[in-house]
Amino acid sequence: MQVTSQQFKQAASQKLADPKVQKALKNAKGKLVVARAKSILELDNFEEIREAAARIRDFGLLNLEALLEEWEKNAKTAGAIVHWAETPQDVNRLVIEITQKHKVRKIIKSKSMLGEETDLNHALEAAGLDVRETDLGEYIIQQFGETPSHIIAPAVHKSMDDIADLFTEKHKRPRLTDIAALTHEAREILRPHFLDADMGISGANFLVAETGSTMIVTNEGNGRMTTTMPRVHVAIAGIEKIIATLEDVSLMLRLLTRSATGQSISNYLSFTTGPKRPGDKDGPGEFHVIIVDAGRTRILGSEIREALRCIRCGACMNHCPVYQNIGGHAYGWVYPGPIGSILTPAYVGIENALDLPNAATLCNQCGVVCPVKIPLPELMRKLREKQVERNLRPWTERLGLKLWAWAATRPAVYALMTRIAARVGRMMGGESGMLHKLPAAGREWTRGRDLPAPKGRTFRELRARQKGR
Amino acid sequence: MSARENILQRIRAANGRTGALTPAERETALARLRAHPRGPLPDMGWELLPRFKERCIAMMSSVAEINSVADVPQAVAKYLTENKLPLSGACWPEFANLDWAGAGLQIAARPANGDDKVGITGTYCAVAENGTLMLLSGQDSHATTSLLPDNHIAVVPASRIVRAMEDGWDLLRREHDSLPRQVNFVSGPSRTADIEMTLVMGAHGPFRVHVVIVV
Repeated sequence: MQVTSQQFKQAASQKLADPKVQKALKNAKGKLVVARAKSILELDNFEEIREAAARIRDFGLLNLEALLEEWEKNAKTAGAIVHWAETPQDVNRLVIEITQKHKVRKIIKSKSMLGEETDLNHALEAAGLDVRETDLGEYIIQQFGETPSHIIAPAVHKSMDDIADLFTEKHKRPRLTDIAALTHEAREILRPHFLDADMGISGANFLVAETGSTMIVTNEGNGRMTTTMPRVHVAIAGIEKIIATLEDVSLMLRLLTRSATGQSISNYLSFTTGPKRPGDKDGPGEFHVIIVDAGRTRILGSEIREALRCIRCGACMNHCPVYQNIGGHAYGWVYPGPIGSILTPAYVGIENALDLPNAATLCNQCGVVCPVKIPLPELMRKLREKQVERNLRPWTERLGLKLWAWAATRPAVYALMTRIAARVGRMMGGESGMLHKLPAAGREWTRGRDLPAPKGRTFRELRARQKGR
Repeated sequence: MSARENILQRIRAANGRTGALTPAERETALARLRAHPRGPLPDMGWELLPRFKERCIAMMSSVAEINSVADVPQAVAKYLTENKLPLSGACWPEFANLDWAGAGLQIAARPANGDDKVGITGTYCAVAENGTLMLLSGQDSHATTSLLPDNHIAVVPASRIVRAMEDGWDLLRREHDSLPRQVNFVSGPSRTADIEMTLVMGAHGPFRVHVVIVV
């Protein structure tokens, strides 16, 4: 996917001023935050399970080599064909090779964020293939020619009216104005494609080392269709998706669905192990799995390693005060919100996403709700440090900090400067006692709010006077 | 070097290793797979059958209880007529010899196709924790029958209700040598909330799931 993270500030301002985006975000925020809070109460030992989940993910990362090899061995025993891809381009090339081998023309796809990373749909279309997203949200987004704005609710920024207009145009049917009716229209339109597609492409929520399975979590049933109806199934999965055992997956699932949508369980948990067996009446004749690095090993050996624990639930973005106000598109790549602010620089280059690790108040709402205890604010701080170390911050900021450091290490100069600032500030505050427009870097700060003006004396002055008394 | 080797090599380096794993190191890493220990479970101090029924309803399935498998056709007929649903469809071969015609139904023992409105399946086992059906794909347990029809009716022997997903896996390990092509955990009808976060039943899979428990 094309990276536009460098336009973060402009995009964020745009989204803040867009009443449609604001309405959609407000609606989503209320629902997802409340649903999660309610559903975790069902687990009397939620924190204990959460701690165990973090350990399970760390075990997977520490033993990644052994577990991947064991997974591969078991998957092959069950008849799966395993490929390894080092780059996003490799993933697309491998998928296209499989389509050529099987003379595939039509592909149905269930949701995959990794597919967004590699821009798989465009690559397939460029190769002359008919590829259809089947998750309702992804289908809507594909028809709009847009990218998802949320990892579990891709079309959350679209209103019912937007979708009604889209469907009228694309489906050439009378315009519907009811959410259930629109959903069922998409069902009717997509059903024939499920039945006659040549290939299904899915992602994977987890790879189970013990059994060589790939597993997906869905609510709509499109995931089951994609992995069952076509004659070829290709699953794509990042190396970090590995989980040791079926027991460990069961534990993760108690947290994943609750953290994502507030459901105790998703409707369909599908574990796929190999292709159709002798005698089976359904299922694909060939099952391919593509195991993907595409930057993951780089993260594994870096200071933000814990980000690989992520199970893509979306809780961090749902609870982030920045995401809640600007939505996902402003982040400029596949993953928005706090986890996106960490993964995007790691995958597309720290210099191509300078604003993201700084687009957070470090309030730690994300860290508190993360089901696998990723220390998100800490990782963002590490990326900020790295930007400074690599001299990637703007020269104005660097100069400003240098000047401040110079003054702050000279008490007499500092005292004089603050005295001047306090007095000038009081004058400028005037009768309202508020500053509406600060100079230099402060300009951004006062663009959306006022700063109470100083009352005219610095803390040091007051302290000195008190002592003198 | 192949992509596989390059990736494994980078994993090694990132995990601070130089050479490949020794057999002993590999065994230590894989010991967890052999032992597959359970993690901490939430409180499950409830009774199986009442919990299962309660959670089925919470997941928007409907529930009926009967005393014998022979009563399945009557239970299915009652459900379909009460809900004004079509009286024909497909079932798993294990129900081929039931008296469907006697209950006024036309049910064929074959995999469901895109035109069937009713699919009747058995269940490998059911999980009480969340009102979940555990279905295995197989020669006589067609995956399409619980997926393509608008209405999925599942027969669950009460003796096959287990507490947690972990118990389902244990049962599977005891009774089978390996996993089938697909294991599906189904909890209620297909749904989506992708338009304005509003929940709608019947996204791509069944609109309704009816659970017939044989007690």
